[in-house]
Amino acid sequence: MSDNPVFDRIREEVTGNDIVLFMKGTPVFPQCGFSNACVQVLTYLNVPFKGINVLEDNEIREGIKQFSDWPTIPQLYVKGEFVGGCDIVREMFEQGELREYLAQKGIEAAAAE
Amino acid sequence: MAMSATDIEKLIKAALPDATIDIRDLAGDGDHYAANVISAAFKGKTRVQQHQLVYAALKGGMGTELHALALQTSAPTE
Repeated sequence: MSDNPVFDRIREEVTGNDIVLFMKGTPVFPQCGFSNACVQVLTYLNVPFKGINVLEDNEIREGIKQFSDWPTIPQLYVKGEFVGGCDIVREMFEQGELREYLAQKGIEAAAAE
Repeated sequence: MAMSATDIEKLIKAALPDATIDIRDLAGDGDHYAANVISAAFKGKTRVQQHQLVYAALKGGMGTELHALALQTSAPTE
C-alpha cells in the first residue's frame, strides 16, 4: 500500500510533539463537543499539548483516519502513540489510567485533588 | 443519512455473534448513540483494538452515516 503523502506530515507532528490532539476547532475554540471534552481533560491534567484543527486541513482530517485506522475525530497521540478517541480518553481519565499512562511516558500531569 | 439502533445492533451481531449490545439513542436523530458492547472477542485486546473491532463491524458507517457512537466495550467477566 503506497504511503499516503500526508502520513509524513502526520508522523512529524506526532513525533515532534509530546502530546498532539487532532481535533475540530482549536483548544481555545473547540467546535465539537467531543473535541472539547478531550481539551477539558488535558487542561485539567495541566499538560501542554498541540491542538491540530482538522477543519482547516482536509488532507490531515482524512489522512489521520487512515493513519490511525480510526474513523472519527478527535484523536489523541502521546509520544507518537495513538491513545484513542474521546470515549477512550474520557474512560482512561475517569479511571485514573490517563495520569499513570502519561507518567509512564515521562509526562507529569497535575496532582489529583 | 442516519443509522437506526437496530441497524447498528445487526451489524455488530453479524461480526460479533456472541456480543451483548445495549444501545441508547442520545439525540433521537439517528446520528448520536451510546453503546455498551460485551464480547469474548475483546479478551486480551486494548481498548483501541476493541473499538476498532466494532467500527469494522459497522462497515464504514462510523464517521459517515453515524456521526457519534459513544462506545464502551468489555470482555465478559468469567
